[in-house]
Amino acid sequence: MVSKQGTSRFRLMKVAAGVAAALLSVSATAEELRLITWGGYAPDDVVAQFEEETGIDVKVTLSNNEDMISKLRATGGAGFDLAQPSQDRIVGVQRQFNIYRPIDYSKVDAARVQPSMMKATKEATALDGKSYGVPAVWGTSGLIVNGEVEDTVKDYTDLCDPAVAGRVSYRLKRPTLIGFAFAMGEDPFAAYNDEQKYQSILAKVEKKLIDCKGNVKTYWTGGDQLLALLRSGEIKAAMAWDAGGWKLNAENPAISFVAPTSGALGWIDTFALPRRGENEDAAYKWINFVMQPEIAAKITNQSGNFTAAKGADEFVTAELRDAYRQSFNEDALNNIKWYPPVPPGLEAMEGQVLDRVQAAN
Amino acid sequence: MNASASRLSLCLLITPFALWILLLVLLPHLQMLRVSFQVRESWDTISWGVQQYQNFFSESYYWRTFLRTGLMSLFTTFLTLIIAFPIAWYIAKLARGRAKGLLFFACLIPFWASELVRTYGWMILLRESGLFSTWLQYLGFADGPVEMLYNDVAVIIGLVYNGLLFMLVPLVTTLEGMDDNLVEAGYDLGGNHFTVLREVVVPWAMPGVVSGSIVVFMLTLGSYLTPILMGGKDSAWFTGQIFTQFITRFNWEQGAALGVLLLVLSSVMVWLGLRLTGQSLRKVMG
Repeated sequence: MVSKQGTSRFRLMKVAAGVAAALLSVSATAEELRLITWGGYAPDDVVAQFEEETGIDVKVTLSNNEDMISKLRATGGAGFDLAQPSQDRIVGVQRQFNIYRPIDYSKVDAARVQPSMMKATKEATALDGKSYGVPAVWGTSGLIVNGEVEDTVKDYTDLCDPAVAGRVSYRLKRPTLIGFAFAMGEDPFAAYNDEQKYQSILAKVEKKLIDCKGNVKTYWTGGDQLLALLRSGEIKAAMAWDAGGWKLNAENPAISFVAPTSGALGWIDTFALPRRGENEDAAYKWINFVMQPEIAAKITNQSGNFTAAKGADEFVTAELRDAYRQSFNEDALNNIKWYPPVPPGLEAMEGQVLDRVQAAN
Repeated sequence: MNASASRLSLCLLITPFALWILLLVLLPHLQMLRVSFQVRESWDTISWGVQQYQNFFSESYYWRTFLRTGLMSLFTTFLTLIIAFPIAWYIAKLARGRAKGLLFFACLIPFWASELVRTYGWMILLRESGLFSTWLQYLGFADGPVEMLYNDVAVIIGLVYNGLLFMLVPLVTTLEGMDDNLVEAGYDLGGNHFTVLREVVVPWAMPGVVSGSIVVFMLTLGSYLTPILMGGKDSAWFTGQIFTQFITRFNWEQGAALGVLLLVLSSVMVWLGLRLTGQSLRKVMG
């Protein structure tokens, strides 16, 4: 009896081992690049061309900053070979969770990247003498405004003007706090490393946002939701990304993206290598591939955001270039406030403020 | 020989279930319980404590959302029951043959689409530039566009709609098992509609009512999309809070503590519900 049971158990183990071996061998055959990125940063035709030229399968996962960090944190930096976090969200995260590995800049074709951006990103993502990011795509947050209210809404705080009550929307996220702080005459970026000062700025912004709550129709949570609200005319002004504004502008010229008087907020999304990625070579191949001017322009045409690739502007559609010029004159461009790296601990403070604004009546 | 073979087959049959419970339910929950007692002292050191649970009670925002979620879920469950009962009665007792199948089918169809699609459907109907608003204006009941979205009523409509089927199925099943003669006897003995409903029908349907209510309550309490998308700027839902802590704030410790609290809340509510109605879990689910 006992021996019988023993053999059947042994047989079972053998079967299990066989199945496991078969599964492993299947997954190891094709070369693969697992990319976690934003919507529009890896258009289908670009992926297809890359697969054709290199024979590497690209698996794209769409995400956003917080989701990207959470996913990589859960696995300790495994599961993806290439990620595209914003450059201000790399150093603090890396110090806390250690989810990235440094970039080997000798493997990046530097001639294809705008030198000033490359330098800025290297500095912004530097930790312990190594850097963790290559600039990829940049854009701004500002105001999307319907022509009917363009004389009222010129800065973030104008969203609280009684003239547009019930007709505005913004997100309950950190860019809103930063934007309002600038519009109220503060400089939150300068206070990044001064906790007390930052807290006092946040307190002012919190009060403003709570007072402003009656004006807001709803806090938007996703890009499509916001575009639907603006498109249907249910809201007339919102704090949002430039690309969304240009997309709406193409459909309805009355709606446009406006750089606020206190300055649009500029961000740069990067390429970063997850610490336990399995195909580093493919990751560098992808970086160098999409930094070719024609390919980069395809990404711009798809996502609405401009890239760090040199000479790509020539290949961008005329409508997009015009919309861009309409939104940013020379002054507005120089007035863009670029996000510096977020020091650890700041986001906990901001989180409490956002919670309190949400809870206020 | 035979005994060992049957024991082996039992083991094989139970293994997937046991693995599922162990790996996907038990282990993650234990892990979450552990994380919820961690306190982050600085960026690379942690210690143990009940800091997160203290936060829950000291920040009024958390427990107010918690209370609100619980009460609104209870109300939603109650409303679902009130709406589902006549429908279940009609399907179980009045409809015959083909009509019965069709009616049941009609209740099932919306669930072929995902929760997200159903929620967007309601948003299209209720929004300011939506169908209902346009009809009201067309019929002359309203002068301008009417906003019906982004408030608590909209959230409850969406939640009731999502829960309806899960209330209907157990109700129909229990009501079908009831002998019509019982109702007739009730009337023969001088009962009116109300007393027959109270003394005969409801006691008979009680197991179905309780099991349907438990399922709907749990679904509502744990739903995420509907309250987030249909609720306005003042609406907060506890699951949304947990999501925010985990994903947006990277505060797993707080998120885990809130998750544990939600689990405790729902278990207590179910236990209380069973206690108050005098049902046992075995009777209700069996």
